Amino acid sequence: MNRSLSTPLSSSVAETLWHRAQVSRRRSTRTGLGACLLAFLVLALFAFPVVAQEMESTAPYAYRQLDEAAKEAKAQSLMQTLRCLQCQGQSIADSDAPIAGSMRSLVRERIAAGEEPEAIRAWLIERYGDYVSYAPRVTGLTWPLFALPLVLVALAAFLLRHRFRRGERP
Amino acid sequence: MTAELGLAALWLAAALALLQLMAGALALTARGSALGGIVRPVAVVQGLLALIAFVALICLFAVTDLSVKLVALNSHSMKPLVFKIAGAWGNHEGSMLLWVTVMGLAGGIVALVERRLPERTMLATLAGQAFVSLGFYAFLLIASNPFERLDPAPLEGNGLNPLLQDLGLAFHPPTLYLGYVGLSIAFSFAIGALVTREVGPAFARAMRPWVLGAWIFLTLGITAGSYWAYYELGWGGWWFWDPVENASLMPWLAATALLHSAGVLAARNALRAWTVMLGVVAFSMSMVGTFLVRSGILTSVHAFAVDPERGSFILALLAINIGGALTLFGLRASTVTEGERFAVVSREGALVINNVLLCAILGIVLFGTLYPLVAEAMGAKVSVGPPYFNPMGALFFVPMLLVLAVGPLLRWRRDSVERFGKRLLIPALVTGFAAVAALVVGGIALLPFLGLVLGLGLAVASVLPLRDRNLRRTPLPIWGMVLAHFGVAVALLGMASESAWSVERLVALRAGESTSVGPWRVRLADVEPVAGPNWTALEGKLEVRYGGGAEQVLRPQARSFWTPPQQTSESALLTRWNGQLYAVLGEQASGDRWQVRLWWKPFVTLIWLGGILIALGGVLAVIGHVASDLRRIVARGKIAYRRERQGR
Repeated sequence: MNRSLSTPLSSSVAETLWHRAQVSRRRSTRTGLGACLLAFLVLALFAFPVVAQEMESTAPYAYRQLDEAAKEAKAQSLMQTLRCLQCQGQSIADSDAPIAGSMRSLVRERIAAGEEPEAIRAWLIERYGDYVSYAPRVTGLTWPLFALPLVLVALAAFLLRHRFRRGERP
Repeated sequence: MTAELGLAALWLAAALALLQLMAGALALTARGSALGGIVRPVAVVQGLLALIAFVALICLFAVTDLSVKLVALNSHSMKPLVFKIAGAWGNHEGSMLLWVTVMGLAGGIVALVERRLPERTMLATLAGQAFVSLGFYAFLLIASNPFERLDPAPLEGNGLNPLLQDLGLAFHPPTLYLGYVGLSIAFSFAIGALVTREVGPAFARAMRPWVLGAWIFLTLGITAGSYWAYYELGWGGWWFWDPVENASLMPWLAATALLHSAGVLAARNALRAWTVMLGVVAFSMSMVGTFLVRSGILTSVHAFAVDPERGSFILALLAINIGGALTLFGLRASTVTEGERFAVVSREGALVINNVLLCAILGIVLFGTLYPLVAEAMGAKVSVGPPYFNPMGALFFVPMLLVLAVGPLLRWRRDSVERFGKRLLIPALVTGFAAVAALVVGGIALLPFLGLVLGLGLAVASVLPLRDRNLRRTPLPIWGMVLAHFGVAVALLGMASESAWSVERLVALRAGESTSVGPWRVRLADVEPVAGPNWTALEGKLEVRYGGGAEQVLRPQARSFWTPPQQTSESALLTRWNGQLYAVLGEQASGDRWQVRLWWKPFVTLIWLGGILIALGGVLAVIGHVASDLRRIVARGKIAYRRERQGR
């Protein structure tokens, strides 16, 4: 749905900058957009590669899958249950934040080295606290979460028994 | 001037709500009965005044009047007009104004058209509606005035979060609010019926179109929100049990239960107290949802504690409304009997079991959503996410699906297992066959497996109620039920299929290089700069082929907005009958490579198709019920007319 809004943009200043950024372009039409726009465009362009290259050296597996499909699947299902600490309500598998990238890379590297997913989770919890894992552990603090279904089942059974007993009477 | 007009209209509307409450309450007493006549007109005018205030705010946003603080904080002169207008409710104050507007208008419509209930019950209902509205008017006028001026006016506004500059999201909040607020009408009907002890089929029939309407909008709102998260956030996830998502799911679960119990009450005069209770619970869940989303408590309990005014206000409203309703319920519970009785194996029995299971799922979602907040307040940070909600929810959802398949085939009052058992043979065979096939294919986790198998069985079972019927004479609500239940099966199949068979491919490609994902070949032809009205972007041109099919082009973008400065990735989707190809252009990697993220998601679109079918089923049911109500009114009018003529 975003397609209809976009138009090709370029001007002489932008052109030179595009070449410097080594981005191949094909079309070149003049549009009268303000200098502020161009300045921003330029900034945005330079910002991209720098961030990306930094990322690649420190977190090689942030955006790269493991070659072995079974291990990648293991890593994927673990990543989906780890919280991105900088974002709001996203797992590290669903975020472009740098910290999520480094954590993805860490998870993939450790899985590749043969570590078990739960061992990695435990290591991360030790380091960042319970907050990092979307799968709550059973502790003195969280046991009510796990007792709840039992309570609900008991309550439902009680309610239904009560109701139907009355109902069976003619 | 426009701002002052809006503010004046808002104050007047609040004053009329107070008048509506007092007149309605006094009219219930012996001495004040003369006041009863003004309650309905006051309710209508109150709704219109709220509408004037809301239109005033939209005008301020449309012309970008930067001397109004709310506009300056949330808008920008260079934004496209449609997003300027949508920006009016894309913020806290505006969305609360939308809330009271919808509430006022809904109250006005009830006052205008609802004539079936005893007048005293109607007065109590409208007074209840005024009481709830008054709380929200006070909230707006005291803690979040949308018309506050800014002096001097800034030269330019702050802009709207680019993620929200999307048509899907422009209409997502109003849809949900219509649902939330529709439930407030159900709440008011419950209060009215409790006050005058008139809990019976007439009450359920009056309430049902509102519950159905609210439920349709909630269904559509959740469906749209899920699709928005899916394509706008750029990672292909469609549900994450995020507190914001749960805030919309909880009222839906309660409304679904209410809808079914109101049906039992209307048809069989059973489940009286239970239906009234659900009416209270459903609107409470709307308010809990609003509290979660609007108080800032989700970012952190501490953020809430630093600026607690708004959160505390909503919390106080929640406590007053729920507390008041529960007290009233407690006082009246002894006089509201459960009504007609029924056996375990009966339509009512199945509906009761489904109601209880829905409420259990609601309990899980509510508890799991609030628990991290409670834990944080106690000084410990924990996260509760999909690994908790999925299995715990399934614990109750799976038995609910089984009852859903059986329930519509049962007779009211009493049925025998021998009679309906035979009719379940076909869906049982389909389920068994699907289970064997899925086991042979292998490699499917437990939950997607259950989803696929039960989804197929339910899809067949859901159309069985039509089997022995004359299709031309089948009432619309039955068609609606069948369609909605079929929609549940379709959505379930979509979710299970996506979970079981999604393929992901992350690659760094040079222009001209190819890769594959599932049955697709994908070639990155080029990356080009493009610009929109308030953003620039890098756009990848991906040439894709399905199997040996024709070439198609996908153009995902990495966008940069400049007011406020923010990067977003605009995914590109290609829909086939059997799934969607999802492409995202990431950052530039080393050299001249580009990060490309690709997913092939078989049958993922069934998730939202199912949601739409469920909502459509609701629409059919509303049309059917309203049409039969109208026919009844017309017939009654004719009889009265004939009698009058004969009398002469």
